[in-house]
Amino acid sequence: MGLRVNDLKVYYQTLRGEVKALDGVTFAVGDGEILGLAGESGCGKTTLGKSLIRMDGRMRHTGGTVELDGAELPIGDDRRMNRFRFSEVSIIPQYAMSAMNPTRKIGKMVADLLESRGLRYRNLAGELERRLDLVELPREVLGSYPLELSGGMKQRMVMVISTLLDPSLLIADEITSALDVSTQKAVARTLVGFRDRGFVRSVIFITHDISLTYQIADTIMVMYAGKVAEKARADVIVNAPRHPYTKLLISSLPEVGVRYADRKLAGIPGSPPSLLDPPTGCRFRDRCPLAHDKCAEEPPAVEVEPDHFVACWKA
Amino acid sequence: MRQYFGRKALIYALTFFVAVTINWMIPRFMPGDPIQGLVARAQVADPASVDAMRAHYTNLFGLDVPWWQQYVNFWAALLRGDMGISIWAFPTPVTDLIIRAVPYTLGLLIPAILLSWWAGNRFGAFAARRKWLDNTVLPIGYLLTATPYMWLALLLAWTLAILAGIFPVSHAYSFAVQPSWSWEFLGSLAVHWVLPFSSLFLVMFGGWAIGMRNLIIYELESDYANYLQALGARSRLVRGYAFRNAVLPQITGLALQLGTIVAGALVTEIVFSYPGIGHLILQAINNQDFFLLQGAFLFIVLGVLVANFIIDVVYTLVDPRTRIRMQGNAV
Ligand SMILES: Nc1ncnc2c1ncn2[C@@H]1O[C@H](COP(=O)(O)OP(=O)(O)O)[C@@H](O)[C@H]1O
Ligand code: SF4
Ligand SMILES: [Mg+2]
Repeated sequence: MGLRVNDLKVYYQTLRGEVKALDGVTFAVGDGEILGLAGESGCGKTTLGKSLIRMDGRMRHTGGTVELDGAELPIGDDRRMNRFRFSEVSIIPQYAMSAMNPTRKIGKMVADLLESRGLRYRNLAGELERRLDLVELPREVLGSYPLELSGGMKQRMVMVISTLLDPSLLIADEITSALDVSTQKAVARTLVGFRDRGFVRSVIFITHDISLTYQIADTIMVMYAGKVAEKARADVIVNAPRHPYTKLLISSLPEVGVRYADRKLAGIPGSPPSLLDPPTGCRFRDRCPLAHDKCAEEPPAVEVEPDHFVACWKA
Repeated sequence: MRQYFGRKALIYALTFFVAVTINWMIPRFMPGDPIQGLVARAQVADPASVDAMRAHYTNLFGLDVPWWQQYVNFWAALLRGDMGISIWAFPTPVTDLIIRAVPYTLGLLIPAILLSWWAGNRFGAFAARRKWLDNTVLPIGYLLTATPYMWLALLLAWTLAILAGIFPVSHAYSFAVQPSWSWEFLGSLAVHWVLPFSSLFLVMFGGWAIGMRNLIIYELESDYANYLQALGARSRLVRGYAFRNAVLPQITGLALQLGTIVAGALVTEIVFSYPGIGHLILQAINNQDFFLLQGAFLFIVLGVLVANFIIDVVYTLVDPRTRIRMQGNAV
């Protein structure tokens, strides 16, 4: 059944007004699907990931619904959401290097966490050890402090912890950004392995690195300024994009396998609009080479082919 | 680990050696002639007797030998626990005076340090999660720490002792009672203790509470706290971790604060005429009693060193990070 997100709006409350970081986002992720989430920095990827598991204090759920396996997720209600966290929705945070309490042995921390969720460490210890073997971590790590692990080991440890309860949806936000290229590949492969073994059912894989996304994602969703620009099968997005923004994004990659990191896209002059007071109509209008009068109206997302959605009047 | 503590012990020993040496030097370069004062106190007019007395005292205090001999003698005596004879309370040995004063100073300092540390940390952690409390406590805390200690002590003495008359203004017990293990004496001791104790407690409490509040807030925003919360951990677990991690820097803070706390006790004892080491130091300075001054300073140096060493050990035991770094191994 997977995840269904319907017209989701999440705004940040700031002193200068509301930042409309997610402004009507609709998409679905099927069972067993890895969705790659791409787009320039500041387009709302992290906001989307956090909205699905735990909003921070300044985020407000202003509209829309999220459904996971047929049940509605109370994303705006921190308390009621707790029941779903870890067991239904889980996250591998961007900051895996510092995600574990530095003064607690890892095994103890996991036990504390499980007990805090009303589970018994003893019942899960066997499975935990099997998974450590799987990601090639010695079992002794459970008796170590995070400081005693290398960066790659910490990353794998956090992956194992986050997926221990076999969540239905896993959010992985920029988990490879801090790693070197070979480790990145290994981490991505591990993630696919987890999906294949059924440790997680669906994955939202957020990264700046569109070529890495292409290697592991089944579907890629491109966001622009708080909205979905295009969503399609990974090979379709890379080889036959329809949205002008996606086209520029792909063509600005010299070749698949090169990261475009966080820099401004060379091929697209200008910068995304402010989300404090976003313009009406298509938000890409200022920078779009194909913009025309019609673009003053907001383009709806249209399914141009089966499972290929584009929000552009020219698509 | 053993190597680490060995090195630490060496550093402490060296510090002690240097401190003792400086301690020996300072009073000898102090302006004024203590022997002169002692002789003058005897009020003899006859120059011959004055000379005889002077020679007698100089010999008695060991000042009639070359300075290096004095230095060696000083160490030899020190190792025997002999710190000379007081000039101010002649002929009481300095060691006796210090032993008599120590219970008062420690009885004031140790409860004030430990209780303010404990209560400040608890309270700071508590304030960190109540907005209204935070908003009222924080300014008060800052006010308390920013107040010069002297003012606070005088303010307490003035309001609670002189105006309200609830507590006595000075001394460790009423002169109307004889020191003994009677309830009357102990009660007198207790009411005299309250004001100097409270003044020390309040000043330190504010600092610990603010420090803890800031540390807890920092810890609660840290990555591991966010991760745990994203995985739905109860806030009790997250707060527990945050508290434990925030206490660690407070332990180091305790070590750093010790030096200033000792100075604070000095002022307290002077303000409240409390007969501890600080009070002795004041007498020693007023009477140019450099043996007593040396003894008192030495006691303080020893106290600070011992306390620092203990905290060093405790810190390495409680913080796995320092422990691991010292062992320098990974899995
Ligand atoms: N705490 C915050 N307060 C206000 N605005 C924020 C906050 N966090 C993010 N934003 C804004 O929300 C938008 C989306 O940010 P984010 O989701 O972090 O983007 P991405 O992950 O794609 O780089 C950006 O315009 C950013 O400036
Ligand atoms: S709707 Fe118009 S402005 Fe927006 S991307 Fe399409 S062509 Fe460009
Ligand atoms: Mg982000």
